[in-house]
Amino acid sequence: MTTRTETRTPFKPNWAARLGWLGVLAYCVYAGMSLDFTWSRFIDGLANGAKFLGEMIPPNFERWRLLISNLVETVEIAVIASAFGIAASLPIGLCGARNLMPEWMTWPSRTFIAICRSFHPVIFAILFVKAVGFGPLAGILTLIFLTIGFIGKLFCEAIEEISLKPVEAIKAAGAPFMSVLVFGVLPQVFNRFIGFATYQFDANLRNSTMVGIVGAGGIGGTLFAAFQRFDYDFLAAILIAIIALIMVSEYISLKIKAIFND
Amino acid sequence: MSHAISKNHNGNGASPRSLFVENLEKAYTKGNLILKGLTFEVHGETTVGIIGPSGTGKSTLLRCINRLIEPTSGKIIVAGQDITSLSGTRLRLARRHIGMVFQEFNLVERLSVIENVLCGRLGYLPSWRAWLRKFPQEDINQAFKLIDQVGLGEFATQRADSLSGGQRQRVGIARAMMQNPDVIMADEPTSSLDPKTSVEIMELLKQVSATQHIPVLINIHDVNLAQRFCDRIIGMSQGHIVFDGPPSELSPEHLKQIYGGEDWLA
Repeated sequence: MTTRTETRTPFKPNWAARLGWLGVLAYCVYAGMSLDFTWSRFIDGLANGAKFLGEMIPPNFERWRLLISNLVETVEIAVIASAFGIAASLPIGLCGARNLMPEWMTWPSRTFIAICRSFHPVIFAILFVKAVGFGPLAGILTLIFLTIGFIGKLFCEAIEEISLKPVEAIKAAGAPFMSVLVFGVLPQVFNRFIGFATYQFDANLRNSTMVGIVGAGGIGGTLFAAFQRFDYDFLAAILIAIIALIMVSEYISLKIKAIFND
Repeated sequence: MSHAISKNHNGNGASPRSLFVENLEKAYTKGNLILKGLTFEVHGETTVGIIGPSGTGKSTLLRCINRLIEPTSGKIIVAGQDITSLSGTRLRLARRHIGMVFQEFNLVERLSVIENVLCGRLGYLPSWRAWLRKFPQEDINQAFKLIDQVGLGEFATQRADSLSGGQRQRVGIARAMMQNPDVIMADEPTSSLDPKTSVEIMELLKQVSATQHIPVLINIHDVNLAQRFCDRIIGMSQGHIVFDGPPSELSPEHLKQIYGGEDWLA
């Protein structure tokens, strides 16, 4: 057979995308150079890092009392902030759901959520330390706002994704609005809400180890002090304690999800 | 119906269970009438099949009756009460007496059969009791009784999403009956079901009408099914009622007028 058949390809070459990838790669090289990110600096850094790591070993648990009391405070901040934050997110998220609420209710709630989301926790923590002074209260307020920003938005979106069919049926039966919520809406979002809440508790625990760095209570303050005093063996102890704490909380949230999952 | 249920029934149950619709009009956009002045009345034990092509306003008609959709003008009187003049809480209380059955069942998938049936009672229950799930024991007994009646006794505590289409529609019917309604409206109750199940559901609706002595309005696409099970047929075309009478009087001429064309009749 000598007939020439033209090869047909099912996939169209996408030149715009290829150029895009090339552009991203080129920018990374350029940005790396302008930030003085060179191989020799990396090698020098490795030596520094090795020295740093060397001083961390063995971890020093001599001041375990301080460590424990700090951990307890960190957990307290996370638990209180999660409880209040999640409790506040429920009505705020509901008020923001455009499929159930009138517009005059959704936009204030959505604006509030957007404001809560606009700052990094460190910025919130600094603001609250300035506002209410050093200590755990600032950390708790920080994490409450963080929680509302995150959970409020997720919850709001979860409600907007529900099926309105059962809601219509329950409304048609003459149920008051609050009863429509508990029988028509809540069952559709409850599982996801438990998932969001446990995830946020995890995140709050992590963040509550950080807010201390700017003086908002918890283990972060001690961590930062250890850094500044080159107390690297104690630093290692703190880091290990934080890892242990996070692992315990991962385990607990797994258990919580297992209870509510069906 | 048990004495316990009628005790909660505020007034309407006393007057004859009937539905009047007078000169009902609905326009979604100004000047563009979907329902063009419908008038009919239904009393007591009757099953009314409402037939007509898609988009002719059958669903709109049913949803105007319980005002899930606002009628533009006209009068709707359910068991002596003018529905069109009500608003807020009084509208909500009036809705309790109008049961509704849906094409896609509209159950809460994640709740059990018994919980779904009890949803029909939420209009009679203060919200705080709904939040605590504290239904009166007589309501609970009634719900179990209705579930038995629709033949789902063994499924009472199963989740709604584990049921088949026909079973779900039975739950939907039990939920509507749980309201102790003066009228039940079924919006395409058989359109999501296979032919055999459709017949069973139509039988059940007819039986509900007979045992509760209430009108049951059924939007339905299947003309044969409507003729077989309904005492009365209302044919709608382009927003008008073009036929209203017993199924025996429904002729091919009428069907041509309702649906247009005639090839499909062959």
